[in-house]
Amino acid sequence: MELTGAEIVVRCLAEEGVEFVFGYPGGAVLNIYDEVFKQNKFKHVLVRHEQAAVHAADGYARASGRTGVALVTSGPGATNAVTGIATAYMDSIPLVVISGQVPTAAIGMDAFQEVDMVGITRPCVKHNFLVKDVKDVAVTIKKAFYLASTGRPGPVVVDIPKDVTQHKTEFVYPKKVSMRSYNPVIKGHPGQVKRAVQMILEARRPMLYTGGGVVLSNASEELTQFARLLGFPCTSTLMGLGGYPATDPLFTGMLGMHGTYEANMAMQHCDVLIAIGARFDDRVIGNPEHFFQDGRRIIHIDIDPTSIAKRVKVDVPIVGNVKDVLAEMIKLIQASKEKPDQPALKTWWTQIELWRARDCLKYDRDSSLIKPQYVIEKMYEVTRGEAYVTSDVGQHQMWAAQYYKFDQPRHWINSGGLGTMGFGMPAAMGVQFAHPEATVACITGEGSIQMNIQELSTCKQFNLPLKIILLNNRYLGMVRQWQEFFYGNRYAESYMDALPDFAKLAESYGHVGMKIEKPEDVEGALQEAFAMKERLVFMNFITDQAENVYPMIPAGKGLSEMILV
Amino acid sequence: MENEAGALSRVAGLFSARGYNIESLTVAPTEDETLSRMTIVTRGSDDVIEQITKQLNKLIDVVKVVDLSEAGHIERELMLVKVRAEGEWREEMKRMSDIFRGRIVDVTDKTYTIELTGAGYKLDAFLEALDKGAILETVRTGASGIGRGDRILKL
Repeated sequence: MELTGAEIVVRCLAEEGVEFVFGYPGGAVLNIYDEVFKQNKFKHVLVRHEQAAVHAADGYARASGRTGVALVTSGPGATNAVTGIATAYMDSIPLVVISGQVPTAAIGMDAFQEVDMVGITRPCVKHNFLVKDVKDVAVTIKKAFYLASTGRPGPVVVDIPKDVTQHKTEFVYPKKVSMRSYNPVIKGHPGQVKRAVQMILEARRPMLYTGGGVVLSNASEELTQFARLLGFPCTSTLMGLGGYPATDPLFTGMLGMHGTYEANMAMQHCDVLIAIGARFDDRVIGNPEHFFQDGRRIIHIDIDPTSIAKRVKVDVPIVGNVKDVLAEMIKLIQASKEKPDQPALKTWWTQIELWRARDCLKYDRDSSLIKPQYVIEKMYEVTRGEAYVTSDVGQHQMWAAQYYKFDQPRHWINSGGLGTMGFGMPAAMGVQFAHPEATVACITGEGSIQMNIQELSTCKQFNLPLKIILLNNRYLGMVRQWQEFFYGNRYAESYMDALPDFAKLAESYGHVGMKIEKPEDVEGALQEAFAMKERLVFMNFITDQAENVYPMIPAGKGLSEMILV
Repeated sequence: MENEAGALSRVAGLFSARGYNIESLTVAPTEDETLSRMTIVTRGSDDVIEQITKQLNKLIDVVKVVDLSEAGHIERELMLVKVRAEGEWREEMKRMSDIFRGRIVDVTDKTYTIELTGAGYKLDAFLEALDKGAILETVRTGASGIGRGDRILKL
């Protein structure tokens, strides 16, 4: 039987086992929406802005490990989705974004709601397709899911003109698809893996530098086993948090611009660095020249060859899936007669403990103002460290990363690469759909939350009991901090004026609103809020305006050049 | 690479987005109609060339990447030059074209159009050798390249 392109789209999504489609209708996708209406295989989540649709699909993907799906219309629907797509691209999140397009005959005619979606998204997708023939719809969607979820994951856009959704053809969903130009490597090169293991066993001051690749490849167990087998110190990037249990003594905290003193010092002074699913970006190693003032040998494991030798030279490059490579290394280490040099390792740990004793995350606990760090610490306690936590971008994001100790992967969800304000709440929606029973919190600032605050409406419609933790310092805090440090206290446009009464705003959407102004009220308020399992609670914490994120490596400086409290 | 709409823009976009320079770029379908072959001339340190190679390989439409300059190769470019051919120029231009093994493919009372094929430096040398005032117009295709001997780029 012949089906229309629109029916085929919906059937393909069902074949892929899609549970949720986050989207917003419009002219070019009306045929598809008509088929969405007629089916019950997946649930459609109507957002209030297309950016939120993509972030929600993204949050769903990060929390579940599955491919997120968004559906948007042509023109402004498509362009609104672009920030979400770029966000997912920078963090390697598997998404399939289906966008409507004007009818094929109208393409290039400056038709109503026409944009060149394939052109606009080309630099921020893993791949994209314009489907011009209804016969190609099924195979293209199959390819989109295959590309999005394999190798280094990423967003794939499928742009479908309206007439293609009306035309008919036989529907056959391919079981498998292969592409001659796309063959991601899984296993590491055996010779390189052996060389790496040899280097690891010779290390005297080793360091494990782990990133988002550990989370993406579900390699937490392997990483934990690997680190414990060797007794090596471990740090994680912002994207990798939760990949290694943060409460484990081998964990030295996050590294980088706002990383811990011990993690950054150990990075700088180690003699063998094992980079695992991380990419040495500018927020992590600071100035590469400074980084190389201290010699060290580097082993770099990554599934994407372009990540290797991009910013730093490495001694042993291993292209492969982190999970598979670590499993292989564990086998070799267990089989080896050699063991790491225990006295050397002991001396190294003594040094690290001295750095750790610097207690770089201390802050004024006697302040009469609410300290943002205190809110996160209390929230960690109240949720027993088990919540899924999303964040927006800025100071609150760094405090969340520093003070919430993530012991499990896929629980910390933030826009690390692109740094997209407005990500937190829509991402939390996606997380809650993925885990309906779980506690999901969004840590945000008064700047970020206003970038997608309309989603409070979506949360009401779908009864999503998120806990919004707003650290409200009436400033774009990270901008203010840079202006204080580097721009002579000239706070250009970083003050947030004319803020709404957030508690009332939340109430007007049908949620619970709270305003917390005193440190002694913080814990009680959190307990009360997290006890409300069925309701979204919007907690407006009025925090110390002058608080800064420490430690901090100024841009262009080296890892050991931190500004400390 | 796959002979598909948009493949060229993916390559060109990669070069501009990552700040790599393109000296020339040529592309055309091959005897296998599903594939087209592109020759890119670029410059950079070994690290940059390594990144360019890897980034190109990462593009889904790119099937295979070879650095021709790693071994013996042949490079050819076609140039058409329209020159003045009046008075004393007329004999001079014919002579220069012969020296460089060019062919005059279009003639008017006042102009010759010379076709010249060779590696880029040979075409540069020809233009250098001509009196600047004689050149009316030039158009070049950019280089196409192929490996020497039995070195073959094929699927």
